[in-house]
Amino acid sequence: MENKNWKAWLYLLPAIAFLGVFMVYPLVDVLVYSFEEGYNSASQTFFGTGLYNYSYVLHDPYFLQAVKNTFILVIITVPVSTGIALLISLGLNSIKGLRDLYQTVFFLPYVTNTLAVGLVFMILFKKTPYSDGLVNLLINWFGGESVDFIDGPYWAKMFVMCFYTVWVVMPFKILILTSALASVNQDYYNAAKIDGTSRWRTFTRITLPMISPMIFYLIITGFIGAFKAYSDEVALFGTDLNAAGMNTIVGYVYDMLYGDSGGYPSYASAAALILFAIVFTITVINLLISRKNVHY
Amino acid sequence: MEYEQIEQRARRREQTRKTLTYFFLSIWALIVLFPFYWMVLSSLKSYSAYNSEYIPKFYTFAPTFQNYRDAFTAVPLGRYFTNTLIFTLATTAIMLVVILFAAFAFARLDFPGKNVVFALFLALMMIPNELVIITNFVTITDWGLRNTFTGLILPSVTSVFYIYLLKENFEQIPDELYKAAKIDGTSDLKYLFKVMLPICQPTMVTITILKVIECWNSYVWPRLITDDEAYFLVSNGIQEIRENGFGRENIPAMMAAVVVISVPLIVLFLIFRKKVMAGVSRGGTKG
Amino acid sequence: MKVVLQNLTKKFPNRNKKGDDVIAVNDFTFEIPDGKLIGLLGPSGCGKSTTLNLICGLEKPTSGRIFFGEDDVTNLPPENRGVGLVFQNYALYPHLTVRQNILFPLQNLKGAAKLSKAEMLRKADEAAKLVQIDGLMDRKPSEMSGGQQQRVAIARALVKMPKVLLLDEPLSNLDARLRLQTREEIRRIQRDTGITTIFVTHDQEEAMSISDMIVVMKDGIVQQIGKPQDVYDNPINLFVAKFLGTPPINVFEGRVSGGRLYVGDDEVLRVSGAEDQPVYVGIRPEGFIPQEAGPLCCLLSGVEVMGRDTSVVSSHPAAVSVNVRSIIAADYPINREAETVRFALKPYKVYLFRKDTEERIPFEAV
Repeated sequence: MENKNWKAWLYLLPAIAFLGVFMVYPLVDVLVYSFEEGYNSASQTFFGTGLYNYSYVLHDPYFLQAVKNTFILVIITVPVSTGIALLISLGLNSIKGLRDLYQTVFFLPYVTNTLAVGLVFMILFKKTPYSDGLVNLLINWFGGESVDFIDGPYWAKMFVMCFYTVWVVMPFKILILTSALASVNQDYYNAAKIDGTSRWRTFTRITLPMISPMIFYLIITGFIGAFKAYSDEVALFGTDLNAAGMNTIVGYVYDMLYGDSGGYPSYASAAALILFAIVFTITVINLLISRKNVHY
Repeated sequence: MEYEQIEQRARRREQTRKTLTYFFLSIWALIVLFPFYWMVLSSLKSYSAYNSEYIPKFYTFAPTFQNYRDAFTAVPLGRYFTNTLIFTLATTAIMLVVILFAAFAFARLDFPGKNVVFALFLALMMIPNELVIITNFVTITDWGLRNTFTGLILPSVTSVFYIYLLKENFEQIPDELYKAAKIDGTSDLKYLFKVMLPICQPTMVTITILKVIECWNSYVWPRLITDDEAYFLVSNGIQEIRENGFGRENIPAMMAAVVVISVPLIVLFLIFRKKVMAGVSRGGTKG
Repeated sequence: MKVVLQNLTKKFPNRNKKGDDVIAVNDFTFEIPDGKLIGLLGPSGCGKSTTLNLICGLEKPTSGRIFFGEDDVTNLPPENRGVGLVFQNYALYPHLTVRQNILFPLQNLKGAAKLSKAEMLRKADEAAKLVQIDGLMDRKPSEMSGGQQQRVAIARALVKMPKVLLLDEPLSNLDARLRLQTREEIRRIQRDTGITTIFVTHDQEEAMSISDMIVVMKDGIVQQIGKPQDVYDNPINLFVAKFLGTPPINVFEGRVSGGRLYVGDDEVLRVSGAEDQPVYVGIRPEGFIPQEAGPLCCLLSGVEVMGRDTSVVSSHPAAVSVNVRSIIAADYPINREAETVRFALKPYKVYLFRKDTEERIPFEAV
């Protein structure tokens, strides 16, 4: 038996070692960093402990801009993407022909490198001296004025950012909702049909309650994912997000850590912990709401 | 006759609904596919043709592969590609071994403290990457592993979630098989590889696919840990190409690079379509 | 409401291989009289559920017509037909309470048919009382037993006073005791409401016990329609004879020769009206009379006393199945130690079937 125990730990050793070094230790360490004032990564010295790092971050206009951007992104993309994904899944579930083809196409963004495809979006939306870009061409067709979506006004940049984010997160949501819809027993729909239930009523009274656990799952993961937005923004606006005014909280953390203004792990840690607190709070609120509304 | 009217109305409504559904689905399909079309199209236009189009054209009559040659010669796309391949294969392979042993220990072996350790593992699932990446950056820098494959690979070779997934799967294998194997004198290791692994192959395939996608698209960690172009992965590479690429803003060549980067995963997806989609709905998150 | 099925046919395209269509229902013609309880009976895959779906409108027939009374409803959408359907797994909405489930169909009514809230509640209560679940109105389906759920499902189907009530395998998810109880209940509810009711089952006992008429189906083709006892006493072919009755009918290889009926080598009956030919001989379990000098000689393998009756299990070289099972009154003495047992036969419990078509051959015992 002794021998057996020893073996079991041996099997676990690699996992424990990696997790210990790269997850547990950093977790403690990030807390420590966030309270060490004036930490210098070169000399590894600091001159005090306290809340200064938090205060600095919370007063940093770049951080406030990043928080604002992130919140707008979250508030727009989560409902929009979940809503459209629900519509698409309902559509997919109601057709027979070409269903596999549509499903395959809709899933494509999931397997693409978002950095790479983001460049395509950048080109589609960008206005340069040589060309107004394709999207502006469409806008002109409908009688609108050209707008530079990449280096132009804030709302235009925000629009591209939200649009691309929705484009990227859609496959996962469609996939989950389609299989949730397919798993609802067909008998419920037949029963409703025989009782003459209108489509809308069938949807609100049967379909929605039946798939509500999955919808809440998607909303929760959607919130978490959108709060961590970063690489999609890099793809659209380049690595210097602060200059573009389109930074996100995660982007701020990385910029603090390493980058043009970088080398401040203490500030980065404080910002990361603030982000974690925000995400944690919102997830808890979400869970509380879903407990009340998910029916079984 | 009243009934006939009802029938007709029902038929017409059904027809309209169907048409609208297909129309709506096709619109989204167009939105999804159009960027892909545009990237392939642009990559086939010559530099001068592209830049002379003030109003972009939706087609080209003179496709050229010059951009693809440029992408591999003017910028080290080939190297980015190889780096990513090495990174992806090594990370996935090492991770599979690590999680396999861990899941086996949790699912099959009994030892004191097992439940406590497993609970701790599960607790780690809630820790966001953003929180630990700061220290990891410092750690890897301290160890002098910046701009090395080791530094790139090490922090991402364990996944609590996949251990959990695999353990659940292992536990579905009936105890009797293990007892039978023990009576026949099979060693644990042999049992793991000869019995459990083949039975749980679908889960392993799922995990592999998800991890490969994750690795191929990873951007944040490689960006932090490499500033030497020789170790760039495709995500950083494409960003580098965008910012200091071809000496001038050469969008067709950039698009060629984007096509080259996108193709492997898309091909992989089209081959293993069912498996990828089943895997993602079981264990994937993105967005 | 009388229901008329006219040459009803339903074909499904064959999905697996490029072959012929699968014919689920083939040329089904039947007039269901108003206010009766009809059992659609057959083994699984015989097309009985498809028939049900055609009647309620969930599927459209390939050809043929369906009439409710004088109205042709063949292409009418289900909601306009005024049918109630009880599903095999009940299909109760799990997130709604019993009351909400029963109210659901009423809340769909629009226009002139729309009811006031109080009216709806009254009707729901009425329906619940009818199936005796009025004390459980605020429970969720998951908090109820299978039998209770079944009643809720029936109440939901009845609440809008359908012209026709359809039940798909209504008892298959219940345990044996509940099944007996519930089928009486269904019978009672049907009598009380007088709604034309069609139910589908693969259990012949269920169908026989409560139906006014049964329809026996096989491979999409109707085999026989009639009152349960008539069909049991006069099966039209070997399939129907085998399908009805527990224990099932005993089948032997036999022949008619010169006015005599042979089972194997035993001459069992003198018959007239049947030509000389090899035949299948079907003998109901209750058609055996133990007799010292009976013509049918079987090897005794066991005697099971079941209270009122005795079941004698034996074998015979000409029997198609291994065991020959006969049910005899308990007062006949059986020597359990004997190696053989001899039977005389009740001629009206003996049926002859053609060997090729398995159709019934009429005959008279002499």
